[in-house]
Amino acid sequence: MKNKKQDKGMVPKGTLPRVIKTLFEFYPKMMPTVLVFIVFSAIVSSIPSIFMQKVMNIIDVTYKSGDWNGISQKIFQYICILGGLYTLSLCACFTYTRMMAVITQGFLKKLRVKMFHIMQNLPIKYFDQNNHGDIMSYYTNDTDTLRQMISQSIPQLITSGVTVCSVFFLMLYFSVWLTLVVIFGIIIMFMVTKKVGSASAKYFIRQQHAIGKTEGYIEEMMNGQKVVKVFCHEEETEKAFDEINEALYQDSKSANSFANMLMPILNNIGNVLYVVVAVVGGILIASKVTNVSISGIPMGISIAVPFLNMTKQFCANISQVSQQINAVVMGLAGASRIFELIDQEAEVDDGYVTLVNAKEVNGEIVECEEHTGMWAWKHPHTADGSVTYTKLTGDVRLFDVDFGYEEGKIVLHNVDVYAEPGQKIAFVGSTGAGKTTITNLINRFYDIADGKIRYDGININKIKKADLRRSLGIVLQETNLFTGTVMDNIRYGKLEATDEECIAAAKLAGADDFITRLPEGYDTPLTGNGANLSQGQRQLIAIARAAVADPPVMILDEATSSIDTRTESIVQKGMDSLMKGRTVFVIAHRLSTIKNSDVIMVLEQGKIIERGSHETLLAEKGKYYQLYTGAFELD
Amino acid sequence: MEEKRQNNTIKKVLKYVKKYWGLLLFSIVLAFVSVLLSLYIPILVGDTIDEILGMGQVNFIQVKRLLIGSLILAVITALCQWIMNIINNKITFQVIRDMRKEAFAKIQELPLKYVDTHPYGEIVSKIIADVDQFADGLLMGFTQLFTGVVTIIGTLVFMFSIHWKIAIVVVVLTPISLFVARFIAKRTYNMFRVQSEYRGEQTSLIDEMVGNQKVVQAYTQEEEILEKFDDINEKLSEASLKATFFSSLTNPCTRFVNSIVYAAVGLSGALSAMNGGITVGALSCFLSYANQYTKPFNEISGVITELQNAMACATRIFEFIEEENQVLEGAKIIDEADGNVRLSQVCFSYVPEVKLLENFNLSVKPGQRVAIVGPTGCGKTTVINLLMRFYDVNSGTICIEETDIRDMTRRSLRKNFGMVLQETWLKAGTIADNLKMGKPNATDEEMLKAAKASHAHSFIKRLPNGYDTYISEGGGSLSQGQKQLLCIARVMLCLPPMLILDEATSSIDTRTELKIQEAFARLMKGRTSFIVAHRLSTIQEADIILVMKDGNIIEQGDHDSLMKKNGFYANLYNSQFITVQQ
Repeated sequence: MKNKKQDKGMVPKGTLPRVIKTLFEFYPKMMPTVLVFIVFSAIVSSIPSIFMQKVMNIIDVTYKSGDWNGISQKIFQYICILGGLYTLSLCACFTYTRMMAVITQGFLKKLRVKMFHIMQNLPIKYFDQNNHGDIMSYYTNDTDTLRQMISQSIPQLITSGVTVCSVFFLMLYFSVWLTLVVIFGIIIMFMVTKKVGSASAKYFIRQQHAIGKTEGYIEEMMNGQKVVKVFCHEEETEKAFDEINEALYQDSKSANSFANMLMPILNNIGNVLYVVVAVVGGILIASKVTNVSISGIPMGISIAVPFLNMTKQFCANISQVSQQINAVVMGLAGASRIFELIDQEAEVDDGYVTLVNAKEVNGEIVECEEHTGMWAWKHPHTADGSVTYTKLTGDVRLFDVDFGYEEGKIVLHNVDVYAEPGQKIAFVGSTGAGKTTITNLINRFYDIADGKIRYDGININKIKKADLRRSLGIVLQETNLFTGTVMDNIRYGKLEATDEECIAAAKLAGADDFITRLPEGYDTPLTGNGANLSQGQRQLIAIARAAVADPPVMILDEATSSIDTRTESIVQKGMDSLMKGRTVFVIAHRLSTIKNSDVIMVLEQGKIIERGSHETLLAEKGKYYQLYTGAFELD
Repeated sequence: MEEKRQNNTIKKVLKYVKKYWGLLLFSIVLAFVSVLLSLYIPILVGDTIDEILGMGQVNFIQVKRLLIGSLILAVITALCQWIMNIINNKITFQVIRDMRKEAFAKIQELPLKYVDTHPYGEIVSKIIADVDQFADGLLMGFTQLFTGVVTIIGTLVFMFSIHWKIAIVVVVLTPISLFVARFIAKRTYNMFRVQSEYRGEQTSLIDEMVGNQKVVQAYTQEEEILEKFDDINEKLSEASLKATFFSSLTNPCTRFVNSIVYAAVGLSGALSAMNGGITVGALSCFLSYANQYTKPFNEISGVITELQNAMACATRIFEFIEEENQVLEGAKIIDEADGNVRLSQVCFSYVPEVKLLENFNLSVKPGQRVAIVGPTGCGKTTVINLLMRFYDVNSGTICIEETDIRDMTRRSLRKNFGMVLQETWLKAGTIADNLKMGKPNATDEEMLKAAKASHAHSFIKRLPNGYDTYISEGGGSLSQGQKQLLCIARVMLCLPPMLILDEATSSIDTRTELKIQEAFARLMKGRTSFIVAHRLSTIQEADIILVMKDGNIIEQGDHDSLMKKNGFYANLYNSQFITVQQ
């Protein structure tokens, strides 16, 4: 539904040149070589017709003279040459198929890497807006059609093209009159191809989109399996799937019906043409019309027979070409979808301020290689070429920030937040007030619409995203775990962390207890987003992950919402020691967990309506007071 | 072993095709007709040539007759082939549709355990990519295999009728190309299987990354993941390279063999012609047959590799379709349960090594509120998984209205429960679609009422298109709390006789929660309900509080009695104030 090009049934212009360009870009040397081999093998395979003519000529002459003895040696000689040529053609064919296979697979490999790389750098917004299954179908089914096009259709097209050309030349070599007959037939064939081909192309492109849609649907339902079951929605889901599946069936059927219609028609036009050429040839021989040809050989049986052979070859190749056209259209449809992904605007990252290890020498901050536990922002100034270092302290300030997920729909209004190093800043407010949104801006998952965010005095737009995020530890509301062991998942925060560090972090997060009780402890493999762990356990692992990363600034977005109160009180201790000396942004519904924050911001509909410490806010008797006392009554 | 598996697969494929055997038969007949007719054309041509050569002058009437004859033949052949192709298409894509349908239905039938333990991407890849490749192979098989076989038989007959000696030469040489094709095909099948498997692996990695993008970016792990991706990509690429290379060998090899056959025919034909055993017209006709005779071998060898690939894919699909289903369900239907729930001697564990629930007993009277509390991972959600039959007990029984839930249909069991899960899942669609999921025939008024009761109305109203706002899969840019409100509204709309609230309000701010609690309290009145919550305040009112630890119920009773007992629960209850007092 997000795809604008759906149902248009058109491949955007410039897709084919782009595919070819990319091929040459990836394989600057191999591509030309392959082309040479293909052309060579095609030419070689069309040569035998000449020898046919020679052999026939000899037979013709001998047939009339009746002297068979002298020529057997000659025939044998020709057959040897013929055999040699076939072998040569085989070798060339062999080589280019081998090379083509290497190129195709290599090309797809590189393309997939490129796609994946670009996907990794897409803004989060893209993933919010696009169906996950549809994104996946770029990799599966679109790449696949492209594979077929490159590995089969393109070589086939080139071979056929070359063969057609060389056969055409040979035809002229033998007889212009007969060639004219063939050309007439070819024109009809082309007309048919065009008519039928364009009809089927439309359906092939539709089919491609339908597959993407099917994949998206399956993917979505897999994720929601539990809810589907809870609401006994199996039948409805299947019904919806049937509809999508049916649409796919209709499109594939139509696409292939048209495509398959082409072959019989072309073949039979070819057959008729064959007969016509035979008859015309016969008439020409019988009526002794002067032969117009390059070779100047007079019209005779020695020309008619090889000519018939060539007509066959000619038609066969033409129908080969037409058969490949659909594959090409489909491949191009896939390619254009892939290019769509590749052309997606990646996250803008024009940051040039980087995070480096540093140490203090005589009161000055100096960059160094080794890990010192002290970090600094390396800030090169383009104006005078100088470099300044700013110590990473975790001072984060938002000035007058406006933001909306969709253009024209502002979610945050004039937000000002000042977080000094080591401070604990809490955001409270009702559901949907914009708490998570603020943290999404600090780590630049989204970019602000207006205002400024400064980190240690540096505008965060100038900081390289990777470095910015490295300096921030995040525990999200949604806990995402990856396929791998528990240890792998904890180490995710800092890849070079030792096992001991990971275990220490797990202990800090209060996760050690349950992990050791898992069948294989830290080596227990997790699958499918940690489905075999409880929600709370997943959250504990996520906290441990942040603890391993050891960043100066932490964002805790409902980090303990799924943990029971007792475990939370354990985690809280760990969290407290984790938070010590760090700037921390906390979002929590349980006000008890944020009471001890330095500053509490109360948000309502995207605006900060109150701010201050717990005590001052209580004294103000405003919204916070209501919230807190409400909660207190509850407790 | 491999061979056997392949044969099995073929049998299963035939089962799908069998449904359309009438069409298939018709298609075969058409294949026969069209091949025979197209084979007749060279005879006409040969005659024409002989006609022209033999007399030294042209018999125009004869030629004209031949010309019209071949034109009619061509039209009929084209028609036959066309219809045949349409039929083949229909069969193939219907088979594919049936297969996808069955595979998708399978997802619904599989126990959650399977879905939980298999990467989604792999399953998706089976239903999409594998089925697709299978379709390609099947279609090629239908269109080319029949005509190919018929052509071979037909040309043989014609060749023998023209000149049996040369025909024998051809027949003797044929096995070479068959042998070559078979040799290669055998190797390709395995390669294609490996390729399919790697593709599945890759798809699941991509799937995981698409889903977890936020964390990936937050921890700047893009590079590492790319490396991992590269690794799988490399393996896939290698497997595909081998597979395509082997399969691409087939064509040149058989073509080479065919060239030999052609040369042999030419040679023996020429020798024969020298001895006057065959006319030149007949020879040209024969050569053309020899050519037509070998062509299907080329095609069949192409088809065979394609079929190998198809079979490899089909094997994977069948593996999935034949995956063990959820344990069969009973037939009893309880429309409106009275709310009596009894668990006796229930034992359960997800993995045999780690025991979770042991001899779990619980008896709930209609309308009672049961709260389950305990530390993270103690088995609270597990109890609910068992009640809903997402998983089945290892031993013991769970009864509703004194009926073992295994004797009930799953549908009626689940219809009796309203459930708000910890994970909030929304399907792609409008807000209204999502709310009405549990009760598709609900009126808009009912929906509005439910949304208001769950306090979702106020934020929905503020969305660009209100209840018709389209949300993408997983809820898009809605906040976690808003998603949870929608899930609550969804249940409020169904009004089932029993309720399960598994951390239903964990992501909602305290003030809204307070209001929802009121709504829940109203909802729970008269309904048996099971509540899992961390905030003990929300469960104080419960009739029975189950305190769980390590899969066992260690305490059971109402709030006051448990507090008096001064055990684990009291400890737990007090601990939340410790944090407050910090």
